[in-house]
Amino acid sequence: MNAVTSPLAPGASRIEGTPMVEMRDICISFGGIRAVDDVSVDLYPGEVVGLLGHNGAGKSTLIKILAGAYKPDAGEIRIKGEKADIANPRDAKRYGIETIYQTLALADNVDAAANLFLGRELMTPWGTLDDVAMEAATREVMGRLNPNFRKFKEPVRGLSGGQRQSVAIARAIHFNAKILIMDEPTAALGPQETAQVAELIKQLKAEGIAIFLISHDIHDVFDLADRVSVMKNGKLVGTARTSDVTKDEVLGMIILGKSPPGALAGPGAATD
Amino acid sequence: MTDTTTTSTPIPAAPPPGSPAAKPGSRPGSSPASAPTSFIGALEIDVRFLGMLGALAVIWVVFDILAGGTFLTARNLWNLSVQSSSIAVMSTGMVLVIVMRHIDLSVGSILGVTGMIMAVFQVSTLMPTFGFNHPAVIILTLAAGISAGAAIGALHGFVIAYLGVPAFIVTLGGLLVWRGAAWAVAEGKTIPLVDDNFKLLGGGANGSVGEMWSWVIAIIACLAIAAAAVQARRQRQRFHFPQKPVWAEFVIVTAGCLAVIAATLVVNAYTLPPVLARRYAEAAGLTVPPEGIAISFGFAIPVLVALAVGIVMTFVTNRTRFGRYVFAIGGNPEAADLAGINTRRVTLAVFALMGALAAIGAAISTARLNSATNAQGTLDELYVIAAAVIGGTSLAGGSGTIAGAMLGALVMQSLQSGMVLMRVDTPYQNIVVGIVLVFAVWIDTVYRKRIK
Repeated sequence: MNAVTSPLAPGASRIEGTPMVEMRDICISFGGIRAVDDVSVDLYPGEVVGLLGHNGAGKSTLIKILAGAYKPDAGEIRIKGEKADIANPRDAKRYGIETIYQTLALADNVDAAANLFLGRELMTPWGTLDDVAMEAATREVMGRLNPNFRKFKEPVRGLSGGQRQSVAIARAIHFNAKILIMDEPTAALGPQETAQVAELIKQLKAEGIAIFLISHDIHDVFDLADRVSVMKNGKLVGTARTSDVTKDEVLGMIILGKSPPGALAGPGAATD
Repeated sequence: MTDTTTTSTPIPAAPPPGSPAAKPGSRPGSSPASAPTSFIGALEIDVRFLGMLGALAVIWVVFDILAGGTFLTARNLWNLSVQSSSIAVMSTGMVLVIVMRHIDLSVGSILGVTGMIMAVFQVSTLMPTFGFNHPAVIILTLAAGISAGAAIGALHGFVIAYLGVPAFIVTLGGLLVWRGAAWAVAEGKTIPLVDDNFKLLGGGANGSVGEMWSWVIAIIACLAIAAAAVQARRQRQRFHFPQKPVWAEFVIVTAGCLAVIAATLVVNAYTLPPVLARRYAEAAGLTVPPEGIAISFGFAIPVLVALAVGIVMTFVTNRTRFGRYVFAIGGNPEAADLAGINTRRVTLAVFALMGALAAIGAAISTARLNSATNAQGTLDELYVIAAAVIGGTSLAGGSGTIAGAMLGALVMQSLQSGMVLMRVDTPYQNIVVGIVLVFAVWIDTVYRKRIK
């Protein structure tokens, strides 16, 4: 099926059914500045949507609203078609939303297991931390993600950039994630590690996990994403299937805010 | 919630982002835990803690030489242990406060006001109600003091966590407010304690457990050390984790037990003066042989209280969710927030705990002085902070140990006590303590930079 014969509107997902996530007309302001202004995006099961835009375009802020870190001033979030009330990160996790933050959000002074289970510790029947069980689970998940990882007893500050990244990824995928948010997941990685993360994204996608992939670099995202949504100055420029647009057109969306014919224009599209 | 965690999302087997193989620049030292390289490494003990023990040993020996052999005597060491108790108790709470990147400047004043509250409550209400030396008096005195301390701490914590005022300012205000309140409780009067049971908390000949009980405690402590080692080993066996070598376990358990036995021998070597011993023995209905009788002090009750607080606080820090959150928040407050931890509530709880510990410190120090005064605990906040920092707590937050802080309290007290024995005047004592504090933190900074 190619773009011309597609019965769907431009920018709509090819996958039928209810979206996994719908963010509708989201607005949030910080000190009079509209960081996110009337933005609507959606995401289907097994789909990767790239969220693109310059630094400061509002991508991370939008995604932090979904992750429960910020509360939007207006708009609504629907998960599997039902209105979701996400007031804090715990609520988001209850909906199966896991986030890998750009900063990784690791507590540097505790070990990998403590970070993996932070906020959801395994407890013994006595109500104490079951460190051994947590270490066992961490060894298992890290064994698959990063088989050479040995520093289970060390604070994560002693880990390399790639190892820290794998701890953050392990934390996101260990808890039955349905929706995965990856904010610049390869920003701190070398080419080889970046390729490994890309491989991981493909496998998670094949398992039906819906993924928001945030980046300011189109090349990171274009090949992995089914669709891209582009933001500029807090507004949505437009959403397009990656098969319907060229990289240059997406670049035009990012830089000029111009929505090409193959995309569904948003409120932030430049009118010329 | 914890059940669901085991049914994890199937994870693709292949991609190892950042595996050492993929990253040639990755650090050395990632050798498997099953093949430890050095002696110390195999023992898995905190090098910094060992360093502090070494420093303490040096201080003791140097003072003993300078003070003409009066420092390393059973009597002085016993006194040292009692004098350190109150600060040691409070330093355990200060560790958590500092780990969370806060500070509490009000502990000395909280000690003052809670000591005053306990004394007044005991003298004016409990004693008339229950009568002389009724067991309810000590229980209710402590309950009142600890609740008051916890409430004051919780109030500080509330203002810090929910109103967003920096801890430095809130507790600086608290320092003035509660010192003033300590005066206001009894309008500056000194309140003598009346309950003999409560006075036991201060130590002294009566407030010690004696030779036999000291040995009982020592044996229990040794058994507990061994049991803890066995338990930890069993736990790791359950999951087939790499184990410490057996000889390392033996070294640690043996060292722990020897320390306990040495401490017991010291406190038991401190005996009552002959006249008092005779009187004591006669009162107890013992026949006193003509050559006199040796009655050992044994462990002082305030020391046992401090050790119990230390054990409980270590447990809270290492084995509970609360402790884990305190450290995670100290390491990265934003990450803790994003992980769904209620950081405000934890902050409030830490300050409430600090207040409660200040009240326990107050019970010990008022009992030791047999009275409560409104000046009690003045400058204690500085000694408590110094103890925690000398004990390896980083003011940048995120790291510190309870045992280290208690050892830090002992170091501080050793310095003061040693200088008293050397007949150094108080102003010079302060100069030395101040310099040592800065020096100790500098050494620690150098050490931290080196291991980074």
